[in-house]
Amino acid sequence: MTAVAERPADAPFARRTRVLRKGNEAIAEAAIRAGCDAYFGYPITPQAELLEWMARRMPQEGRAFVQAESELGAINMGLGAAACGKRVLVSSSSPGMSLMAEAMSYMAGSEVPIVVVNVMRGGPGLGSIGPGQGDYWQATRGHGHGDYRLPVLAPSSIGEAMDLVAASFEIAERYRTPVILLADGILGQAMEPVEETYRTPPRLAADWALTGADGRPPRVVKSLHLKPEALEQHNRHLRAKEAAIRDAEVRWAGERLDDADLAIVAYGTAARVARTAIARARESGMRVGLFRPITLWPFPDAELRHLATQVRGFLVLEMSAGQMLDDVRLALEGARPIAFHGRTGGMVPMPGEVVAALHRLENRTGGPAR
Amino acid sequence: MTVETRVDDQPRVLYAPPELLADRSTTYCPGCGHGVVHRLVAEVLGELGLGPRTIAVAPVGCSVFAYDFLELDFVEAPHGRAPAVATGIRRVMPDAFVLTYQGDGDLAAIGTGEIVHAAARGEAITAVFVNNGIYGMTGGQMAPTTLVGQRTTSCPNGRDPAFAGAPIPMTEMLAVLPGVAYAARGSVVDASSIGRTKQYLKKACQVQLDRAGFAIVEVLSNCPIGWGMTPVESIEHLRDAVAPVYPPGVIVDRTAPARGG
Repeated sequence: MTAVAERPADAPFARRTRVLRKGNEAIAEAAIRAGCDAYFGYPITPQAELLEWMARRMPQEGRAFVQAESELGAINMGLGAAACGKRVLVSSSSPGMSLMAEAMSYMAGSEVPIVVVNVMRGGPGLGSIGPGQGDYWQATRGHGHGDYRLPVLAPSSIGEAMDLVAASFEIAERYRTPVILLADGILGQAMEPVEETYRTPPRLAADWALTGADGRPPRVVKSLHLKPEALEQHNRHLRAKEAAIRDAEVRWAGERLDDADLAIVAYGTAARVARTAIARARESGMRVGLFRPITLWPFPDAELRHLATQVRGFLVLEMSAGQMLDDVRLALEGARPIAFHGRTGGMVPMPGEVVAALHRLENRTGGPAR
Repeated sequence: MTVETRVDDQPRVLYAPPELLADRSTTYCPGCGHGVVHRLVAEVLGELGLGPRTIAVAPVGCSVFAYDFLELDFVEAPHGRAPAVATGIRRVMPDAFVLTYQGDGDLAAIGTGEIVHAAARGEAITAVFVNNGIYGMTGGQMAPTTLVGQRTTSCPNGRDPAFAGAPIPMTEMLAVLPGVAYAARGSVVDASSIGRTKQYLKKACQVQLDRAGFAIVEVLSNCPIGWGMTPVESIEHLRDAVAPVYPPGVIVDRTAPARGG
């Protein structure tokens, strides 16, 4: 479990290369620098610039790029390339992610490492092209059919998204699992100054990958186990892997929690709104901090539960009707009051709304702290 | 009276199973054509020395078990997606020989998008398309390739084109795409048609090795259980009723030199 450290303030400025970059493009370039061998995608707003960046850059690097016929095509091309042990990125946005659910389940079952970016938009259905966080349940509950979980990493800035691309490849390959990088329309579309610092995770030996049965027995990458006993055994193996991920890969960040007696729980773009709201609330004397999950699965539940020994109440803030709220409730087990504020449909909560929600929470928890 | 017993020091091999075919019984139903097609694939890949380079894609349906019978690296694709999976392999494994093996429910119904676009891109893939006109694994339901009037568990009164459309000639449809270098249709009706099918398969493999484009060989096959016939009846039906609707032969060969005019 890692609380994210701030970048050292005394790092030599001259060695930094700062560029103004759009989120979708920054994620794409970070993947290339992380050693991505192949990218497959399909146009959909608000992630189309990711596809376009890859269309230009991947051939320059001599790597594979295909604009597929559909999200079904894209994710299954990813399945094929990743089954050969290659480092593969696929990206889409909410409606396209639904089409990918089938292959996500196959890849979880056949233990194929891949990184899939979802730049979430408003839903349900065709929804809107505005930012949303309505795919939290889909992502954190495995995404497809069957009985499994996938690691889900949620950046709240473009710089963090770049860092998490490399981390996603690392986790995918270490545990042989698909990993979802869960962004939203604002993170995809906004431009921010970012440092061009990249990381290329080392390659692990892939003694399972398909390379042609040359001088060794044939390998099969599959999810079909017709005998119930065999499939249950395989499921036990997947559970053990998930337990190892829970033990080692939980990430979260805390801000202004030292003296807090209320906490906002938010991720992604909502966490940035929360930050502004916290600053305003503190001006009026409230002591509020931010608990920001970075891994949505595994959820930092022990860390959140520990915070309940300090704060009197929690406000969950989401760009959805309340999905992460479920995980907060499960983590806190009724230990403290939980309030919720959310906007849907592509709307982004305003800091004023959040401050008002904090006041309501404060009243529920016994009035202002002395 | 003397009895002469002759013992050859060196017995002649008249028949041997191909090395790439696993030495175990298949799980296919008695009389099913998949075993014949598996054998042809194993023979052709073996004769071309491609076994150690091959990455094959198994479909969903009866032939998902191809990886139990062919001694090749295999990945299992979701239903219909084999051509997309194969595209991903093709683009990152330049030296691999990439083979897909699909049935007609897989390729001609749920996977039409993937096969059309892999063919249109001219992916250097060799596609084996086993057409038995029915969904075998799920109990014999109507497929897009089911003949007009043919009874299945989901068209118990026979396929009525007014409600279910006419059979789809997938290979002819694909053959119009410029990315398709070679398309042919064989069958498992008898020894001579099986021999021709083997030649089509060999050509379709050579097309990939020459990077000439996409290659597909459809193989008309039988499903005695799904058709409600004995194996012999099913072969007669394949010859007399199925083959006239789906005529065997080379459908397109863009590797052939253009005729002068």
